Amino acid sequence: MSEPVLRLEDVWKAFGDHAVLQGIDLEVDPGEVVALIGASGSGKSTLLRTVNLLEPIDDGRIWLSGADISDPRTDADAVRARIGVVFQQYNLFPHLTVKDNITLALRHVHKYSKSRADAAATALLERVGLAEKADHHPDRLSGGQQQRVAIARAVATSPDLLLLDEITSALDPELVADVLDLVRALADDGMTIVMATHEMAFARDVADRVVFLDAGRILESGTPAEVFGAPREERTRAFLARFTA
Amino acid sequence: MTSPSGPAPAAAPLEGSSPPREVSAVELERQAFRKRQGARSVAVSLVSTLVVAGLVWVLIINTPGWARVQHMFFNGEVFLASLPRVWDGFLLNLRVLAMASVLVLLFGLLLATLRTLRGPVWLPLRALAAGYTDLFRGIPLIIVLFLVGFGIPGLQLIPVRLPTEFWATIAITLTYSAYVSEVFRAGIEAVHPSQRHAARSLGLSHGKTMRLVVVPQAVRKVTPALMNDFVALQKDVGLISILGAIDAVRAAQIETAAYFNFTPYVVAALLFVLLAIPTIRLTDWYTARVRAREQVGGIV
Repeated sequence: MSEPVLRLEDVWKAFGDHAVLQGIDLEVDPGEVVALIGASGSGKSTLLRTVNLLEPIDDGRIWLSGADISDPRTDADAVRARIGVVFQQYNLFPHLTVKDNITLALRHVHKYSKSRADAAATALLERVGLAEKADHHPDRLSGGQQQRVAIARAVATSPDLLLLDEITSALDPELVADVLDLVRALADDGMTIVMATHEMAFARDVADRVVFLDAGRILESGTPAEVFGAPREERTRAFLARFTA
Repeated sequence: MTSPSGPAPAAAPLEGSSPPREVSAVELERQAFRKRQGARSVAVSLVSTLVVAGLVWVLIINTPGWARVQHMFFNGEVFLASLPRVWDGFLLNLRVLAMASVLVLLFGLLLATLRTLRGPVWLPLRALAAGYTDLFRGIPLIIVLFLVGFGIPGLQLIPVRLPTEFWATIAITLTYSAYVSEVFRAGIEAVHPSQRHAARSLGLSHGKTMRLVVVPQAVRKVTPALMNDFVALQKDVGLISILGAIDAVRAAQIETAAYFNFTPYVVAALLFVLLAIPTIRLTDWYTARVRAREQVGGIV
């Protein structure tokens, strides 16, 4: 058995009195695609943010490729450099061109030369079908195009782990397909992915494992066939019923 | 189940690819109406401007003291005679302005950045920057000029005697940096936190996030405000005259005494106005452009 890319052990997190994560245990193996599903406020986004060290946890441990990254002595920048994140609102840098958005981390964190970073960005833009937009600024792009650039930016550094935080929730329905196709291609390439999503059909199609979060706890976890086909928990059934109605 | 990857809906014909078509009679009538309206507005504004200007002119010309004021303030001979000296002084103002504006930008940005530093090590610097902006926004510029211009040379810190305009530039920089740093700080805080999250998520350090992502966006946001401060600075460089530097104001004062006529002051004022107008127009143009970009669509 290879070592899991990501391991969470009894992770707790509260905002004031509000307990958002209540003892999360989760393992993600190399190449695995895990879909986090659950109602808004169930803790999906917070879970992703704790992994990326944007939120400190209150208790528990998080390992990235065998190293405890929840230890406060960890170099958070070095950890984040190994994790790619795509946000719901894209969060592209509006003052940089599409290409410079992608090369920023390559050049200033991973110390690529300009020519090497540009070549990598060009290849990636080719792949996401936006080569001709390389010198545009993000505000000239549609939401779907911006999100594809954001994905290219996140995977440019060949991260060990890719976190996707409801990346299609802000998109118009007709733009969703292109973005999901891209995620599917990354999954096929063997990228390890943890994604919070409301796209049940996509989760069923692409995920190796579906994790249902409810009020900060993992209520149910299994293959898409298990969770969608024969949910064990009443709350899972109730949640899924709202999406299949 | 939702089906995100299902077949795309039948593509609508692309806009702009349709053949040219006849504009409807209704629209033609509307366009004609707008054109008439436009012509009428121009005519009305022209007439009203002429009427107001005429009234003001007649009022001033008919004041009992006009002839004397015209002789003392708008004297053509004195104007031409004093122009070369006032112009020479004005060149000194321009030099101080160029130097001070560069220094203010650098020092102001440094102060603003110091105030964004986090972590206990930086507390003294943070507190110092905060105290500095409080202090120098509080003291009138004219007092700073006196304190720096006469006080620091009095320390005899440097063996050589530096020119007055050097100390004047320092004093102006000290005061304006305090204001400009607050403008920068407002800009830095106006950059949405999600930009910081995105940058940090890529592994960029706090410093690199500031330098590569936050500050460039902040500077764009506050450029109109900075240009406004630049206009204010253009006039305030005239205050260096109080330290004895022969700038446009001082030169005008000397010429005024020589001719027993106030026209040299008007000469100096004219030079300052001519300097300010391009910047003011540029500021207006840039602000309008930023607004147009942020509020795409809509006519109100």
